[in-house]
Amino acid sequence: MSPTFYSEYANVLIFFLVGAAFVVLNVAVVSRLLRPHTAEANKDSTYECGEPTVGSAWVRFDIRFYTVALVFIVFDVEVAFLYPWAVVFQRLSGAGPFALLEMLIFVAILAVGLVYVWAKGDLDWVKSMDAQADRARP
Amino acid sequence: MGATLAKSLFVLLALLHLVPVLVYLERKLSAWIQDRRGPNRVGPWGVLQPVADAVKLLFKEEVIPAGADRGLYRWAPALAFVPPMLAFAAIPFGNRIGTESLVVSDIPVGVLFVLTIGSLSVYGIAFGGWASNNKWALLGGVRSSAQMVSYEVALGLALVSVLMVSGNVGMQEIVRRQTGSFSLAGVPLPAWNVFQQPVAFVVFMAAAFAENNRLPFDLPECETELVAGYHTEYSSMRFALFFMGEYVAMITMSGLAVTLFLGGWHLDPFTDPDSGTWAQGAISVLVFGAKTLAVLLVYIWVRWTLPRFRYDQLMGLGWKGLVPLALANVAATALIWGPEAGTMP
Repeated sequence: MSPTFYSEYANVLIFFLVGAAFVVLNVAVVSRLLRPHTAEANKDSTYECGEPTVGSAWVRFDIRFYTVALVFIVFDVEVAFLYPWAVVFQRLSGAGPFALLEMLIFVAILAVGLVYVWAKGDLDWVKSMDAQADRARP
Repeated sequence: MGATLAKSLFVLLALLHLVPVLVYLERKLSAWIQDRRGPNRVGPWGVLQPVADAVKLLFKEEVIPAGADRGLYRWAPALAFVPPMLAFAAIPFGNRIGTESLVVSDIPVGVLFVLTIGSLSVYGIAFGGWASNNKWALLGGVRSSAQMVSYEVALGLALVSVLMVSGNVGMQEIVRRQTGSFSLAGVPLPAWNVFQQPVAFVVFMAAAFAENNRLPFDLPECETELVAGYHTEYSSMRFALFFMGEYVAMITMSGLAVTLFLGGWHLDPFTDPDSGTWAQGAISVLVFGAKTLAVLLVYIWVRWTLPRFRYDQLMGLGWKGLVPLALANVAATALIWGPEAGTMP
């Protein structure tokens, strides 16, 4: 790696330090000195439409959020693999249609995953609720 | 080192000063669209309203709800604010002065850097929602995470076809590739990627609205269902950081759209890509600023024109609409500008 490769990231570090200094200065120094600190039990209670809270705030949420996260990881990695190919694509003219076919096969394998999730109804918020109701019925 | 510091300060100050301007413009434009007056009490035409808001937030007491995860609660707003700001480091805001390229850091993999760092802000929102010990905040945070990761795939796929046309991941190089002109059906056009990749641009902008949690995709904080979503329990400067983070993310996304699709700092008769004088450098910065502001005005215009999506429609559009469309666009780009067809016009 050339020295400029690292110096460009050093520039990012400088920029990060300047930005982080802004956050720390405003939140932890200036505002802390200026704002009042009068803690009180009622003030610190959790907001729930003005009523006393019911049960834990860490409620159970829908499992489909996890499904979405899993599908996301698969496709995000796919996109990451597509980038280097996309950049050199025009320079692959010597390879003929091979470069194109190879990537189409790679994308097709992943597209099968999308079709599977689609057919299972996991991308379909309301429909999979119907499916759950069907399963619950005797 | 000195030049980097100067550029860093310039970008940071520009970003932080653009936020109150945007807040004011948003309130004023929304008022005009809805036939109201908008802020008009603080200063002439209400221009000092954002300053008054900032001072108010600075003096507000900070309330940390009982039972909150205090460590995560304190750090989440910084995690939501710093990544979109840091992502701007790789976006070229001008051509060059002398030999100094007008970008904080001209990383060879600029596009990847912006996407990687920019997507980190999802942690701030997820942590903020989880740590608040509040049901609205938790649901808002989970919804927001699912939405942001879903549309990130569409965003990334839209950029693949742009990279195929550009043949480079360095931001300044991508801008340089767009400085020429080409003709589409006999009509001479600047060689901006928006004309060469219109489908990718539409997918990118739709995904960008969703990534920034803007209407019509602002479900994470849709106030009629979730009070204020992930920042329900936040107050004082920590709320301000979330708020500013959202606007900085918008600015960064607009800057990315300008760089990748709208020709960056170049506008044909005004800027000269081969000149390194101070005057030319200043003009290129102004051109970049004007284009970015134009995209930001579209954000505001869309927000006050379109109604909100339902959550199932949102996920449906992302996975069944934009992702297949972007994939088809990649395939079409590969076939049209394939290796056999030779290089792009």
